[in-house]
Amino acid sequence: MAFVSSGYNPDKPMGDRITDIGPRHFEEFYPPVIKNNKGKWLYHEILEPGVYVHVSETGDEVYTVRVGGCRLMSVEHIREICEIADKHCGGYLRFTTRNNIEFMVDSKDKVKPLVDDLMSRKQDGGCYKFPVGGTGAGITNIIHTQGWIHCHTPATDASGPVKATMDVLFDDFRNMRLPAHLRVSLACCLNMCGAVHCSDIAILGYHRKPPMLDHEYLDKMCEIPLAISACPTAAIKPTKVKLDDGTEVKSVAVKNERCMFCGNCYTMCPSMPLADDVGDGIVIMAGGKVSNRISAPKFSKVVVAFLPNEAPRWPSTTSCIQKIVEAYANGARKYERLGEWAERIGWERFFEKCELEFTHHLIDDFRDPAYYTWRQTSNFKF
Amino acid sequence: MAKHETPMLDQLETGPWPSFVTDIKRQAEARAKNEKGIDYQIPVDVCEDLLGVLELSYKHGRTHWKHGGIVGVFGYGGGVIGRYCDQPEQFPGVAHFHTMRVSQPAGKFYTTEYLKGLCDLWDFRGSGITNMHGSTGDIIFLGTTTPQLEEIFHELTHTFNQDLGGSGSNLRTPSDCIGAARCEFACYDTQAICHDLTNEYQDELHRPAFPYKFKFKFDGCPNCCVASIARSDLSFIGLWRDEIRVDEEAVAAYVGGEIVPNGGAHAGRDWGAFDIQKEVVDLCPTECMKYENGKLAINNKECNHCMHCINVMPRALRPGNDKGCAILAGAKAPILDGAQMGSLIVPFIKVEAPYTEIKETVIEPIWDWWMEEGKNRERLGELMKRQGLQKLLEATGFKPDARMVQEPRTNPYIFWKEDEVEGGWERDVNEFRKHHQR
Repeated sequence: MAFVSSGYNPDKPMGDRITDIGPRHFEEFYPPVIKNNKGKWLYHEILEPGVYVHVSETGDEVYTVRVGGCRLMSVEHIREICEIADKHCGGYLRFTTRNNIEFMVDSKDKVKPLVDDLMSRKQDGGCYKFPVGGTGAGITNIIHTQGWIHCHTPATDASGPVKATMDVLFDDFRNMRLPAHLRVSLACCLNMCGAVHCSDIAILGYHRKPPMLDHEYLDKMCEIPLAISACPTAAIKPTKVKLDDGTEVKSVAVKNERCMFCGNCYTMCPSMPLADDVGDGIVIMAGGKVSNRISAPKFSKVVVAFLPNEAPRWPSTTSCIQKIVEAYANGARKYERLGEWAERIGWERFFEKCELEFTHHLIDDFRDPAYYTWRQTSNFKF
Repeated sequence: MAKHETPMLDQLETGPWPSFVTDIKRQAEARAKNEKGIDYQIPVDVCEDLLGVLELSYKHGRTHWKHGGIVGVFGYGGGVIGRYCDQPEQFPGVAHFHTMRVSQPAGKFYTTEYLKGLCDLWDFRGSGITNMHGSTGDIIFLGTTTPQLEEIFHELTHTFNQDLGGSGSNLRTPSDCIGAARCEFACYDTQAICHDLTNEYQDELHRPAFPYKFKFKFDGCPNCCVASIARSDLSFIGLWRDEIRVDEEAVAAYVGGEIVPNGGAHAGRDWGAFDIQKEVVDLCPTECMKYENGKLAINNKECNHCMHCINVMPRALRPGNDKGCAILAGAKAPILDGAQMGSLIVPFIKVEAPYTEIKETVIEPIWDWWMEEGKNRERLGELMKRQGLQKLLEATGFKPDARMVQEPRTNPYIFWKEDEVEGGWERDVNEFRKHHQR
């Protein structure tokens, strides 16, 4: 491995430097049928799961084939995506906001060869490389985060639980039998990178033990006031600590009974790690949405306070999700999102239908707004 | 023969969904074989060590990445997420494993020529592993070493005319829905404004100057396919303010069963024949629709443009012609004060290049206010909660509007400005006592 220069000269770092050029212009990448019909689309239809047609006022049509993407992918895989796009789509493709891949063709006769090609490609272990689906009233890709593959604050993995969950929900990726589309997302800690706070079903990594304090290093590594102000419940205060060798150092003290394990102090201060093999696990949330269709956007609500991390396939998590999906599929009306269904029948009935235990953890106790989540009415169901 | 045993990860190579494990193994094999004779600039076995460290995390139930990591390229204060393994002796291939965020084209359309070029660069100077894409929108190059950062940046800018994305307390990479490129609902060109604002504010994106992070997202209509209302500090949601365009013949075709409702989205189950009364009129949240004598009537004045009827009958109903967007501010995840969705601050504004009104009357006044008043690591939404929506309106100069609240306040703890009150606040208690004995 010999170092190969790109032309960058470390002795003159600012020489020949190009900055602030931003992204490439989107029009460079539009397929001709998109470029010619932009802003002229009249209507669309889903011809089969994973296949759209959009019809333009010019009479042009574009057929889109959507396939599941892992999000985490190798350049070998991207090259294969390119090979498919070169073969079928004139060298154009796109990715969706949920990290699926879309191949577009400009006539109907090109659809079947493309779909057949995509569905025929399998990985060594038998997984589909490019499963076609993710449209309409089904379950599409899971928005997710880094987990143990790259992040330092997670309480669970991302890619693993997502693979395990999508395997379980795969039939609904390939079908459109639900009352409305159902969005699943995952975040590996409650920073909630992504969409956990606004999804129909959300998987959230959670800690259950207060941070450990690395007193010897804390003042050297951290801005103590930032660690203190990082705490939403004011559980952290500055203190002085005597080390075993007698030296006194500045550090922090954590009032354990006020800590709810959010991990934000660790984000700010490397000397407050809190990850734990048995303490950490998963919270399940449900009932969020971002669209304004019929009802306003909703936050997802906590419906399961803890499920253990069970690498590599997280069976408790996937079976819990399956139960919620089935109860929703059986109970909700056409067009009704999961959150709309839960609110219509009442959350007390949601827990009954989904066979979920209601525990004290699910009652909000965070500051003034908590009161508004309790029930100030005698309208409830037995 | 793989470098590390990965019995747990191996179990994720079965099932129907594409396996990231198989894919990383494929990359590991390709690097080991190196059929193209590439002079790899980071360890050849980086992918094997990545699987090794992930397997160890599966065993320990804990991450094996050290806290933080501050690396980057000269001239910028962000764009690269530094990361170091906490078992570098055992997994030297990922001792350094930094992420580079690469600014994606609006709408995430690509040519294969462009992607193949990026793949060659990343194969040569990085791990060959990516995220397509990060949640904010960037192309993510996952895993390289510090000495490669400037080399990759040099190649990106010189060969690919391509910049990094954002990270840190700055404007992050904006992103958008597919918009008018392939959607009949789009009320403005989301790609055009996304690209324009990204370029306009390159300095704010590359050099952190804010109290905390700030995101833009652009949704072409209230369906919110890029989830701007939940995932951006400023959310631009396309709207129309005139009348929904109705094609009566197409309505009749829906009623007659010739066209499937909702573009066929529910085809996987038998929901019975389409019933326009039940599926459209009765579900309209404002009850502003009527279907009588084979004619659909919409009282557009009462329509709140939720998109339901248009979503159900896309061939018969279209957004109006007087289009623009609403702007909502303050969405964020829970840390610190709790999650927020965007709150309406501009009910309607035209979206026309060069977007001067949006820049000068909305974005820049809000930044001026937040950059001055925002506390360290305080998102815009939290400043709005701390100082009040009224302060944001003062900053932008927009008039308070009943559309901006879900409901008026219930508590009467009302602040008045001194100049709103006759006689002001300077008063003499002795004057008061002349009429009111102690």
